[in-house]
Amino acid sequence: MMDENASARLIRRTLTVAHRVGLFLAMLLICLPGIWIVLSSLRPTVEIMAKPPVWIPQQLSFDAYVAMFSGIGKGGIPVLDYFRNSLIISVTSTVIAVAIGMAGGYAFARYRFRGKSSMFLGLMLTRTVPGIALSLPLFFLYVRLGIIDTHIGMILAYVALNVPFTIWLIDGFFRQVPKDLAEAAQIDGCTRWQAFWQVEFPLARPGIASAAIFAFLTCWNEFALASQLTRSVNSKTLPVGLLDYTAEFTIDWRGMCALAVVMIIPALTLTYIVQKHLVGGLTSGAVKG
Amino acid sequence: MATVSLKKLTKRYGNIEIVHGIDLEIADREFIALVGPSGCGKSTTLRMIAGLEDISGGAIDIGGRVVNDLPPRSRNISMVFQSYALYPHMTVRENLGFSLKIAGAAKDDMDRRVAEASAILGLDELLERRPSQLSGGQRQRVAMGRAIVRDPDVFLFDEPLSNLDAKLRTQMRTEIKKLHAKVKSTVIYVTHDQVEAMTLADRIVIMRSGYIEQVGTPDEVFSRPATRFVAGFIGSPPMNLHEATVSGGRLVFSGGDSLPLPGQFKPRTAAGDKVVFGIRPDDFYPTGHGLSAGGETEVHQVELPVSITEPLGNETLVFAEFNGADWVSRMLNPKPLKAGDRIGMSFDLSRAHLFSAETGKSLRS
Repeated sequence: MMDENASARLIRRTLTVAHRVGLFLAMLLICLPGIWIVLSSLRPTVEIMAKPPVWIPQQLSFDAYVAMFSGIGKGGIPVLDYFRNSLIISVTSTVIAVAIGMAGGYAFARYRFRGKSSMFLGLMLTRTVPGIALSLPLFFLYVRLGIIDTHIGMILAYVALNVPFTIWLIDGFFRQVPKDLAEAAQIDGCTRWQAFWQVEFPLARPGIASAAIFAFLTCWNEFALASQLTRSVNSKTLPVGLLDYTAEFTIDWRGMCALAVVMIIPALTLTYIVQKHLVGGLTSGAVKG
Repeated sequence: MATVSLKKLTKRYGNIEIVHGIDLEIADREFIALVGPSGCGKSTTLRMIAGLEDISGGAIDIGGRVVNDLPPRSRNISMVFQSYALYPHMTVRENLGFSLKIAGAAKDDMDRRVAEASAILGLDELLERRPSQLSGGQRQRVAMGRAIVRDPDVFLFDEPLSNLDAKLRTQMRTEIKKLHAKVKSTVIYVTHDQVEAMTLADRIVIMRSGYIEQVGTPDEVFSRPATRFVAGFIGSPPMNLHEATVSGGRLVFSGGDSLPLPGQFKPRTAAGDKVVFGIRPDDFYPTGHGLSAGGETEVHQVELPVSITEPLGNETLVFAEFNGADWVSRMLNPKPLKAGDRIGMSFDLSRAHLFSAETGKSLRS
């Protein structure tokens, strides 16, 4: 007769292995598009378009990357201009959206005022409008204002796009910071302003950091509005730059994938840097016994 | 060094008045407890003194200075919150020194004062920990330490012990009392626990529905409650309170049973008066098992059935049925009793209380 404990142990081990295999497959599925983009950026178009697909790359080269940076006329695109535009527009609009989000989120979390819930609902409703539906009205508006194809125009549009979200997210984090803490800080000698920066802000930092990441990535990857509101190297961002690889009858898939990789790297780096601020549960131990 | 005086202090939220113009004089270094059921306005009063709530009327004076519109930081007070409100992102040392850091104190001065407070409260071992790594009692001590470091004129405590378990609460109660003896500041202590108030305070302020019912020493509020509410609120188990009508020199209860009208109340009542008769469990006892060994002047004895007993070891609470209700009595040197036993019970009427049924005010002179 088999020992009961031995069989229980066996079952548990089998389950652990099955669990790991399952997780591996799921992760593979999730990562596959990313891996495929990186691979495609290194393979000739023939291999990318091959039917049946060539799963194992036969020849790898960095030609696409070299071409991309080698200037117009030699298969290159103004990638540095696009990169600069993307960076300026994304960083500035993120900073503004987070600043407004902190002020608004704090107000919604801490104060009572007339029309609070309808204002909050109104902010959320703006998120229901698809960006593409706004592009035409926004285009006309920007043309009249003369801010088409400018950084400021793009920054304005992205701030408006992100503010409802940052307010909503940061509001939730300020709600988790007990009110007693700000009061204790005021009794300890802080002004209202000091109490915010010394006590409430550090505790809501994970939320503010997440809001910043999300806002940044939204701007960094946004295509629908940018494709309408930008015209030239003055303001074209990287996602719009991808279109440079489409010609009338051909699409340079390899070049497009290479640019996509170039786009992904800064976004990944930033997320990696900010994620250490995302530690939750900082408020534990503040109140109650 | 600070007296605190409240003059016609009022708090309104919109049209609803929460605190109705209370007056209170607190002496320097006095330990005052504000006690009352929840919603009586005691915490609001404390928060107004702290400056965390605006006042709607009247005046607050701390150390001879009117502070009505001053922000909390300008009042030289410190406060211990019910939730402790420790800063979770700072170590115990940083929590203790936070107020000094904000005030821009010198590093060595800060270290010295933190060390002093930590020594008083036995926090030396915990200084580098964060609040989340502390037990409830330790957090409580850090919260008190943070208050001491400021060396304030007035300490405010907002139900500081209510999150602790019963054993720790008794222990911290003693520590707070010791602390007051050491730091000699004025203390205003809010609690809903009358035992805390009785054990800690020099004087107790009993509040109800935004009014002060009585201010007095623990002995005064226990022995000479000014109102029926105070009589029922202070003391554990609570005073037996039953409505009666004065008739022919006796108190006739609704069930038909009666007791002689205590002598001291004879001049102050007339036949037909509706009153509330009150007697503490200590003054209503199984004959021979009472508090005072003889010398009572006005003892009335009856034989009553026992309905239930609660043995506590050194004493037993005996619920005796009188006039259709259970009256609680305290039996010292207890002997075993069981439900249904008929025993002789003594009412020490010289220590009984009588309140007007209409106003609730004591009829004692």
